[in-house]
Amino acid sequence: MSLTGWLRIVRPGLLTTVQDLGRWSHQLEAVPVAGAMDAYSHRLANHLVGNAPEAATLEVTLIGPELVVDADTVLAVAGADFDLTCGGAAVFSGTAFEARRGAVLRFGRRHLGARAYLAVAGGGILTPPVLGSRATHTVSHMGGLEGRALAAGDALPVAAVASGPANRARGLTLPTGGRARLRVMPGPQEDWFGPRAWQALTSVSFRISPRSNRMGYRLEGPPLEHARSGEPISEPVTMGAIQVPAAGAPILLMADRQTAGGYPKIGHVITADLCLAAQLAPGEFIEFDRCSYREAVAALIARERELMAQMTHPREGGAAR
Amino acid sequence: MRIRPAGDAMLLVEFEPVIDPLVNQRAIELGRRLRARAVPGVRDIVPGYCSLGIHFDPLRTDLAALDRAITEDGRGAATVETLPEPAVHEIPVVYGGAGGPDLQAVADFAGCAPADVIERHAGATYRVYMLGFVPGFAYLGRVDARIAAPRRRVPRDLVPAGSVGIAGVQTGVYPAATPGGWQIIGFTSVVMFDAGRTPSSLLVPGDLVRFVPR
Repeated sequence: MSLTGWLRIVRPGLLTTVQDLGRWSHQLEAVPVAGAMDAYSHRLANHLVGNAPEAATLEVTLIGPELVVDADTVLAVAGADFDLTCGGAAVFSGTAFEARRGAVLRFGRRHLGARAYLAVAGGGILTPPVLGSRATHTVSHMGGLEGRALAAGDALPVAAVASGPANRARGLTLPTGGRARLRVMPGPQEDWFGPRAWQALTSVSFRISPRSNRMGYRLEGPPLEHARSGEPISEPVTMGAIQVPAAGAPILLMADRQTAGGYPKIGHVITADLCLAAQLAPGEFIEFDRCSYREAVAALIARERELMAQMTHPREGGAAR
Repeated sequence: MRIRPAGDAMLLVEFEPVIDPLVNQRAIELGRRLRARAVPGVRDIVPGYCSLGIHFDPLRTDLAALDRAITEDGRGAATVETLPEPAVHEIPVVYGGAGGPDLQAVADFAGCAPADVIERHAGATYRVYMLGFVPGFAYLGRVDARIAAPRRRVPRDLVPAGSVGIAGVQTGVYPAATPGGWQIIGFTSVVMFDAGRTPSSLLVPGDLVRFVPR
């Protein structure tokens, strides 16, 4: 790591933000956690360039950006599968590559998945941390670059690194066919719903509404009827919670969720499957399967083992040019 | 007190489901005790009105040990029978006018003069039960039932930072400009949230607040 360089945004893409593993330990003050929607791919991208998992990456959404790499550095992309070129040559998701000062990194056509993560060697995107995190939360204008999505002309500080590890990984197995099966643990307000609501939740495909974002996915499907009236008293909530307002249309809470909520929650998507949820786009479908806490933990351990296995078998030699 | 999983990365400790200062204090006290233990893997401890959310990394947390710690500290928190001496904040408010566009609507709801709304709102001492919605937004209770006007039927696209609002028996100050549906009766120039100071939020759960007409 040597002099500071810059990543300059030529075209920002649809929604490109600086993200890390989230702004924890300030929810008492109602500071949302934010962070990468697909933490698996964020961590993998960081690993590919030799960064710690908490280093900040760029989260790219559906339509990717075009950037000028204003430093000699090593980059890697993981997550959604985009056509990529750097300095005019094709580069590949899941493989670290060297970029020379002045090279243009272009995200082209997207084949699969919704969100990709661009990692930069030497510690990632070096915007100033806010309350211990660089994660962007656009709603509260916090973190990242001025608390907002990136725009043309922005410049992000990065380290200059002449060469780096030559890591390569297969990456997350992305959902195909525009749908994913996600496992759901019931509760804690399961008693607000009758058996018919659970039957509906686990037997029908829910479409992700266009009115979905990093805060939450609005799901279109049969209404999940409450078995009682009123609302629970507002309480802390977490990513993966499926909250159901009185009208019955569920909302899956994602990375930018608020810290507390007052709608009953029929269940929670398990941590192991949140990366799959993050790789779905509006208009695509979710099917839910009920699972137990024990199964949720087993699934998370399996997911973590899979990620660790990808991280411990680097390809030998220098980074791809 | 009941400990329930809310997914695989948070435990929700539920107290009696009421909005009550003593119940709320027990949740805050349990959070304080657990925070002092610094249990490995725990990444956030968040009080609600009558609950406590304990966020943890499932791969780095000994859940049985966390459960024992909650049960043990919960016993201590349950013995809280009096409220500690809280921090009391006085927040100067300009009621009505451009900064309080709904003061007349609340007066109409209450069937009284705007001056009576001000007197009732500023005449009470409020407890910070919890924070939520946006950074630094404190839910304060309870508002005098006579002026407890419901939320506006159509929320505003943008409520300015510093707006003082009423929503039923809750009152609060918008720390930042956001969309919002509360009845806005006044304005304060006090900075409710600043990420550059510690703590960032002026108000934390358990504090008391008085509004002072200017």
